[in-house]
Amino acid sequence: MIHFVLLVSRQGKVRLTKWYSPYTQKERSKVIRELSGVILNRGPKLCNFVEWRGYKVVYKRYASLYFCMCIDAEDNELEVLEIIHHYVEILDRYFGSVCELDLIFHFHKAYYILDELLIAGELQESSKKTVARIISAQDQMVEAAKEEAGSISYIIAQTT
Amino acid sequence: MDNLFQRSLEDLIKGFRLQLLGESSFISRALEEIRREVKATDLSTKSTALHKLSYLAAIHGVDMSWAAFHALEVVSSSRFHHKRIGYQAITQSFHDQTSVLLLITNQLRKDLNSVNEYEVSLALECLSRIGTRDLARDLSPEVFTLLGSSKSFVRKKATGVVLRVFDKYPDAVKVCFKRLVENLETSDPQILSAVVGVFCELASKDPTSCLPLAPEFFKILVDSRNNWVLIKLLKIFSKLASVEPRLGRKVAEPICEHMKRTVAKSLVFECVRTVVSSLSDHEAAVELAVAKIREFLVEDDPNLKYLGLHALSIAAPKHLWAVLENKEAVVKALSDEDPNVKLEALHLLMAMVTEDNVSEISRILMNYALKSDPLFCNEIIISVLSVCSRNAYEIIVDFDWYVSLLGEMARIPHCQRGEEIEHQLIDIGMRVRDARPQLVRVSWALLIDPALLGNMFLHPILSAASWVSGEYVEFSKNPYELVEALVQPRTDLLPPYIRAIYIHSVFKVLVFCLGSYFSAQESSSGSSSTVYESILNLVNVIEIGVWPLSGAYDVEVQERAKNVLGFIGMAKQDIAKNVNLQDNDAEACRVTAFMEDMFSEELGPISANAQEKVCVPDGLELEENLGDLEEICGKFLKPVESDSVSCTDKISFSVSKLRIRDQQEASSSSTSLPAKASSSLLAEHRKRHGMYYLTSEKNDPDSNGTPKDYPPANDLASEILLDPLDPKRKAKHRKSRPVVVKLDEGGESRITTSQAKTKQESVTDDESLSRAIQSALLVNKKGKEREKCEGNSNLVVQEEETSRIEKPQNSEKKKKKKKKKNGERTSGKHRSRRRSEVASSSEQVEIPDLLL
Repeated sequence: MIHFVLLVSRQGKVRLTKWYSPYTQKERSKVIRELSGVILNRGPKLCNFVEWRGYKVVYKRYASLYFCMCIDAEDNELEVLEIIHHYVEILDRYFGSVCELDLIFHFHKAYYILDELLIAGELQESSKKTVARIISAQDQMVEAAKEEAGSISYIIAQTT
Repeated sequence: MDNLFQRSLEDLIKGFRLQLLGESSFISRALEEIRREVKATDLSTKSTALHKLSYLAAIHGVDMSWAAFHALEVVSSSRFHHKRIGYQAITQSFHDQTSVLLLITNQLRKDLNSVNEYEVSLALECLSRIGTRDLARDLSPEVFTLLGSSKSFVRKKATGVVLRVFDKYPDAVKVCFKRLVENLETSDPQILSAVVGVFCELASKDPTSCLPLAPEFFKILVDSRNNWVLIKLLKIFSKLASVEPRLGRKVAEPICEHMKRTVAKSLVFECVRTVVSSLSDHEAAVELAVAKIREFLVEDDPNLKYLGLHALSIAAPKHLWAVLENKEAVVKALSDEDPNVKLEALHLLMAMVTEDNVSEISRILMNYALKSDPLFCNEIIISVLSVCSRNAYEIIVDFDWYVSLLGEMARIPHCQRGEEIEHQLIDIGMRVRDARPQLVRVSWALLIDPALLGNMFLHPILSAASWVSGEYVEFSKNPYELVEALVQPRTDLLPPYIRAIYIHSVFKVLVFCLGSYFSAQESSSGSSSTVYESILNLVNVIEIGVWPLSGAYDVEVQERAKNVLGFIGMAKQDIAKNVNLQDNDAEACRVTAFMEDMFSEELGPISANAQEKVCVPDGLELEENLGDLEEICGKFLKPVESDSVSCTDKISFSVSKLRIRDQQEASSSSTSLPAKASSSLLAEHRKRHGMYYLTSEKNDPDSNGTPKDYPPANDLASEILLDPLDPKRKAKHRKSRPVVVKLDEGGESRITTSQAKTKQESVTDDESLSRAIQSALLVNKKGKEREKCEGNSNLVVQEEETSRIEKPQNSEKKKKKKKKKNGERTSGKHRSRRRSEVASSSEQVEIPDLLL
């Protein structure tokens, strides 16, 4: 199973973290520091798998972001590379030519998409279309809710 | 209304990015703002505040557990927008110790039963992340319902959650398992992959309980074309096949088919891995796998190279031929840029080592070590050392070559493994008699080289070299040069404890030379002047070299230096006299002979648990309570002056302090026997102030019994097995292998038993889950049979619980029973046999014969 997902920029700034195993806050920051150090120091032509503390970390670099996923020793690394690529493609489709700024300002949307993709550390949805459909449906619901909240009748109902 | 002026998340982020310095103050200001806002009653304000907080927590590591209750409030809103934010905050911050965890059960239940599938999915996500035992227990009926929902989206998520629920609350298996198994037959690939994923995890925890489902898995393996599913299935099969070998035969065929047909490298790799790890007995499959590995190895992509090497290393133990075939590829990989690849190649190379090629491989590796960076260089060195020293050097035939290799290693510039080399030098010296001359030669070469003295990492090696030279000085060709090397002024760079060894070696050499000089004196009537001069030279050199050390700061060095100088002083007179030493009353001669005798006794290797084998002599008490020392040494221990004892309660375990306290107690109670044993004073104190003492589990302190926690050494003592002579190898080799002294390392067996014990303990946690699965499967099969043949009374029993009426599981079982067997009438009578008893008594789960 996937233990955690980490997105780190080239300068070492964390853009997204998602933890599927219990880690305390201190452990989380320690892990992030360690792993960023290891991965950011690797050259471009080296292989995408790192052994770390008995687990394996699969990482891939897209533009200025490193996408890292930590898996058990017996999981298939090539499969996880596929999962990372899958995620990036979905993000691309959703944001339309995604860049790092999109992830900074809409980080919660990245979270929601990741939630649709992985559940309990396993891949749950391997079709990009389905994920896109679900997310847009949810977005519509949110929009509807916001509109309703912003409507005058609602404000009146609140104040009275 | 407040939220019109509230900073939204975007504003927060923008503000953060504009802030170049003072990030922490910005964060703390934002936190304060959030704390204020989150207490508002308006849900929108709350949710925005929570949103910002979750951002800070996720990206900047701010603690957000204090907002748990507020998160709950936000989740209870009916707006999807708020719910989403609330659930995200919850999944991020809740953990097992969150106090408001109990309150979430109802909310989750409401959402799980909701009509809106997205709300359901949010709740399922949340459950999957924070599920605890109580939550799992309370919500498993809902999850069970969702497993049969008509919306595949929901079903898929429910399947994913099921794993976590099972993990936390194994009894849920009885409820949900059947639905899970039904889902195996679904045509929807997403659900299928989710179900298979769940089984994959279950199988890795406990393969035997999933064994009865093997036929279904097999069907999917043959039919499916979806790579994700296939990979998971292969993992399941590798776990199952290791438990059930007959399965391997059947499965090898389809796996080979997949390997040949597919384009996806990930699938190929998984097939290869499965074949190599679990199906290694099937030759055809293994050959195909090895062919695929070779394809991987020649690719340019470093990922594939690494994976190919990794697969080879899994195959190596059983299929060494595969590794040998690809030897050139492996050697080429040693010079690759990627450290991972290099490391794998190194491990593979080490696996290939046998007696014949050990020297060749070491030669290649030493060349690489000289060329590579320090990290890899040391890796090479340590792996060569560990492989060669395995099992008391069983791989080495030519010890002379190996010893010179050790010397070479010491000269590699990046070498940092001094301790290991030191250990091996001394070890070989002790165990292998025939290698000693070469050892002394190599040590001599190391000692006379002044450059090595400067390298801190090599100091352990130098200490070993000097010890070896001193101990086996009889093999050295030129003791004079040896002594010169040992006392050279540059040895000041060495740490004191190594200098002490140097001086001691000098002493040994001196004794040896003097001894031979004196015996030469006796045997030949007169001494030639050259011999006399050389011995005088030797003594002078030593004296000059050691004399400055007699004032050294370090105790060891000083003492040894003085010993040597004293000995020299005594011996010099006798040498100078040049007397005909027919009369053996010359003191120096006697002393020298005595010393020689002492030094000539061999030091042999000691086994690791030799101490336990020594019986405790009778009358020797091994106690922890040193207070009883009072009786024995009371008169020697001076009491501490009372004014120097501070009034504050210093925790100090000195016996004398205890004595003072007891004395004061004694004097206050008008008894004045200062020499009383402290234990009896303690007992008195206890009697007087007994209610303030915590209950102690120890024995009565007055008793003198041996403590229970140390088992008497006699129990552990087995026969002391010294295996002095390793039986000589058969004359396969041109040169017969020298004798290596081995010892019975009985300690290893004890280590494995304790490991076995800890393994047993960890198994019990998984046992409940596996038992539950087994029982569920048993029900499954019996239920199926019942549907086929009606009215079989024995089997009805399985379903109906009798005396456990009060357990809540009963209701769930009845529900399940009703849903499963709609066509059949449920009988009102309870049969007397209990299902769980039957299930647990059947330890062996029957393997379906459909597969064989």
